[in-house]
Amino acid sequence: MTATSPDGYIGRSVPRREDRRLLLGQGAYVADLVLPGMVHAAFARSQLAHARIAAIDLARAAAEPGVAFALDGAALAREMPPIGGMQVTAPKGWAERVEHRIGLPPQNLMASDRVRYVGEAFAVVCADSRYTAEDAIEAIDVEFEPLPAVVDPETAKEGEILHPDIGSNAVAELHVEKGDVARAMAAAPHRIRRRFRHHRYAAMPLECRGVAAEYDRRTDSLTVWSSTQVVHWVRKELAAALGMAEEKVRVLAPDVGGGFGGKGHVYPEDLIIPYLARRIGRPVRWVEDRHEHILNAAHSRDNIHEAEIGFDDEGRILAFRDRFVVDSGAYSPVGAGVAYNTTAHLLGPYHIENFSGTTEMVVTNKTPNAPYRGAGRPEATQVTERLMDIAADALGMEPAEIRLRNMIGPERMPYAVGLPYRDGVPMTYDSGDYPESLRRAVDEIGGVEAFRARQEAARAEGRWLGLGLGCYTEGTGVGPFEGATVKVDASGKIVVSTGACPIGQGHETVFAQVTADAWKVPIEDVVVLLADTSTLTMGYGSIASRSTVTSSMAIGDASDKVKAKVLAVAAHLLEASEADLELADGRVAVKGVAEMSVTLREIAAAAAPGWLSRRPEGSEAGLEATSYYEPPTVTSAHASSASRTPAGCGSSAMSRCTTLAGWSIPGSPTARSRAGWCRVWAARSTNRSNTTSRASC
Amino acid sequence: MKPPRFDYHAPESLEEALDLLADSGPDARILAGGQSLVPVLNFRLARPGVLIDINRVTGIAGIGDAGDRLTIGAMTRQREIEVSETVARAAPLLHEATGHVAHLPIRSRGTIGGSMANADPAAEDPAVAAALEATMVCRSRRGERRIAAAGFFVDVLTTALEPDEMLVAVEIPKIPAGAGAAFAEISRRDGDFALAGVAAQIALANGRVSDARISACGLGPAPVRFREAEEILLDGACEPAAIAAAAASVAAACDPHGDVHASAAYRRQLAEAMTRRALASARERAGGSA
Amino acid sequence: MSDTRSVTVTVNGERRTGEAEPRLLLSDFLRETLGLTGTHVGCEHGICGACTVHVDGEAVRSCLMFAVQAEGAEIATVEGLADGETLHRLQQLFSKHRALQCGFCTPGMLMTALDLVRHRPDMTEAEIRSGMAAVLCRCTGYEGIVHAVAEYASGGEA
Repeated sequence: MTATSPDGYIGRSVPRREDRRLLLGQGAYVADLVLPGMVHAAFARSQLAHARIAAIDLARAAAEPGVAFALDGAALAREMPPIGGMQVTAPKGWAERVEHRIGLPPQNLMASDRVRYVGEAFAVVCADSRYTAEDAIEAIDVEFEPLPAVVDPETAKEGEILHPDIGSNAVAELHVEKGDVARAMAAAPHRIRRRFRHHRYAAMPLECRGVAAEYDRRTDSLTVWSSTQVVHWVRKELAAALGMAEEKVRVLAPDVGGGFGGKGHVYPEDLIIPYLARRIGRPVRWVEDRHEHILNAAHSRDNIHEAEIGFDDEGRILAFRDRFVVDSGAYSPVGAGVAYNTTAHLLGPYHIENFSGTTEMVVTNKTPNAPYRGAGRPEATQVTERLMDIAADALGMEPAEIRLRNMIGPERMPYAVGLPYRDGVPMTYDSGDYPESLRRAVDEIGGVEAFRARQEAARAEGRWLGLGLGCYTEGTGVGPFEGATVKVDASGKIVVSTGACPIGQGHETVFAQVTADAWKVPIEDVVVLLADTSTLTMGYGSIASRSTVTSSMAIGDASDKVKAKVLAVAAHLLEASEADLELADGRVAVKGVAEMSVTLREIAAAAAPGWLSRRPEGSEAGLEATSYYEPPTVTSAHASSASRTPAGCGSSAMSRCTTLAGWSIPGSPTARSRAGWCRVWAARSTNRSNTTSRASC
Repeated sequence: MKPPRFDYHAPESLEEALDLLADSGPDARILAGGQSLVPVLNFRLARPGVLIDINRVTGIAGIGDAGDRLTIGAMTRQREIEVSETVARAAPLLHEATGHVAHLPIRSRGTIGGSMANADPAAEDPAVAAALEATMVCRSRRGERRIAAAGFFVDVLTTALEPDEMLVAVEIPKIPAGAGAAFAEISRRDGDFALAGVAAQIALANGRVSDARISACGLGPAPVRFREAEEILLDGACEPAAIAAAAASVAAACDPHGDVHASAAYRRQLAEAMTRRALASARERAGGSA
Repeated sequence: MSDTRSVTVTVNGERRTGEAEPRLLLSDFLRETLGLTGTHVGCEHGICGACTVHVDGEAVRSCLMFAVQAEGAEIATVEGLADGETLHRLQQLFSKHRALQCGFCTPGMLMTALDLVRHRPDMTEAEIRSGMAAVLCRCTGYEGIVHAVAEYASGGEA
């Protein structure tokens, strides 16, 4: 047994637990799972953007050699409810504070009467191999009546109605405002209005999605493996759709080959494949291929902004108005969350008293739009930062200078933004020195003056150099919650399970670091269980760069509860006062009397129920606790980045400087959350295993 | 993304392969390196009824020296061409261009014959063949046909090969003494399809350009020589002004298409830049001073 | 219409035989028929490089070859790199340099890098970057990968 690290594991670089199996080719992704009697699913997907399904006949497909089962969307719709609405959550505070009108369309698990985007599934075939399943898909007889495709979000309202039940292609409108924008804009000495387009993105993880499911007739239970970031969410929707108790449905994410947000919500296939496994009584595996993934896995971004700022001669922004349209694609799997995230981040690190943000979400005949890295933030940053540059240019001012003049200084912290966050809580930037962050970034590339001199010299030689600045402030560690169960098992090991679903961030290592430090045990004595609904009653999942913060907090809380019990049992065993005991190196000892100690294993045995139990009179058996951490709201992180071109040529073409906001301010309402952020930030940055490196240098 | 069913044959002799090709009719496709064919099979965009795999056919691979030219068997892997000292010496343009062909694991399988017969507008080998006036040696049960590169590449993915014909070798004229060659290419990532690539070979005699060859990939439906640009260079010193004029000529004469990777206008701009780079390097390698 | 035939290959030094339709991709033969799931499939059209294995000593995309074409070949996959419990030096360097996160591209990275270094032992860092562009990684940003391969190349074959 290795000794506990004297300085703890957080903040130290430790070998990743994940590496060995992944390097040896012994990882297990959904596509690697082989279940006895398994059949392979393939979907028939629309090649038309918008069409009515006039007729469909699966007889020829079902008769293909090796085909076990074939089903079309209409038949499925008769047995399974649509996926719409159920994923959309509008926090109570948000609904009260943001003017909104939302009428999001339900999405049948497969298209039943009409297809609304290229790639939408309208039938599924299960066969003895993916090869034969694809052969059978080609044997489906289907007749489409093409409908006019709606492709331009700005004229979508005048186009063919995608969802007659909703009645309009404009499915949602959101509005927030502070100050008096109209007055301030009218009075501003200068006004600039610009149009910005943020194109579509796709997450494109190296592993496409995939789902495998097995139904156990004896226990009437389902086991589902999904390449997802949200196992508990999948279980919730699946159990509801199938009318099963949640405890009869186990959802696991095995090794997942990246997600980047694209696997962060429940997809139709997450429900269809388990349904099929139960329906036909054989395990079913569907491995999304790259072609399907590109067409069918959610896209993101895709905004058009009409933005306007009013400012004075000194470059101070007096008013900011943005009206933007979000092209949601055919359905909106996660509702208005991403769209509002954009609004909430438009003000960024700047003090602007008059603001108005209006969002219109429209449906078009494109792949559904859902979160992807940043989930609305980059769209906002693009608009605000470009406006800063354009205004600076208009005034003949340095872009860095206009930013510094508008930035919220450290003396204003904590700063009330005057708008609600996506979680409904009025936004407060808790701490940070934004101007200093920008100054450092600019210094790191040699300063503006030196750059301008080089730029001028280069221009004389016919070379064009550029300097780019980008600053943002963002909410991090968002709720609504995350859960963790911590126990000391009979072996004396600390076993933690949490709702985080790793997709490459190194969660197994991070949570082992956090737990080992919480318990002062060698990291080898921590067992981390992730992405398995059977190990935790309620969990949320890994989205929005939140897991290290939220899971670690839940682990910390649950550990505190169990440690209290461990000390009580140890005190009983050692006939000592709890106050005289300390936990270290996997044992509890009387302070200063090392030989008077009991190991965690001995304590676990004493705490166990039964004839041999030696726990204190009246105390409950077992060493186990579950906690749900509900962050009161987000903390605010900020970064400024400066880069000069030519990028990629020469040295240090790009440099970023970051100040981390969120360092603990005792007594403030979010101190607890911030403390967690700080604690785990160290683990993330030195472990270097995080995928997003959101605020790293 | 699984290929449709097909009948598969793996002949071991050329005669057997040509018989199969003749007997199978237009529904047959030849499988050489497969680095372009297998992807379209996986997408089910191509669905030949018969696949004739020539990877086990003897006598159609290897690099031979035939005096004033190299004879390169159709099944010669691009990786072998890349590392061949003979090619580096006698056909440096082909050597340099081959380094731009996809990535090493693709070149392990990809063949020069497959690249020529596939005639992808973005492919490097056809551009080299066009510039150097390579000869395509084609065989069918009916006999041998030798096709000049200029007549071989007809259009996008279209060659002069008849359905029963197979490309068996490519003859590449050796670089003359006092000549220099260069290949310049831009792609989104190293190894991706060329947005634009330019092949150039310049021969100098007494400091004057005695021969100039310019062709391109990614800049038109099929590779062609840019005669007007070559004319600009001939008899001159290939000085920067001439290079600029030739580059402008290539940019004006090329026929790029626009797609999601790059607009036609951007490709035209690249045509000019790549021509300048290729000509400057070729001239330097030919021994001309800058 | 389509027959199956027996395919025998030597994988990581072991003779293995399986049935294959001619259209069965080598990647699927390795993964589904022989159960060697260390080789990953990311795009099935030769772009991502996750499925890279060695056939007769050279790196190839196993999604761009049919299993029947590999008859008689020597194949090396990621599963054969380690020496018992000891990781191959390149595997160790990947861990040291944090050259992997989700691990999905890693087998292709390793197999590509090994062949690349053998092919050109004297690569500059720029050439390593160009060569490793053969495999797509969505997590790491490549820095760790480049460092791992560079250190491996500088130390020669382990």
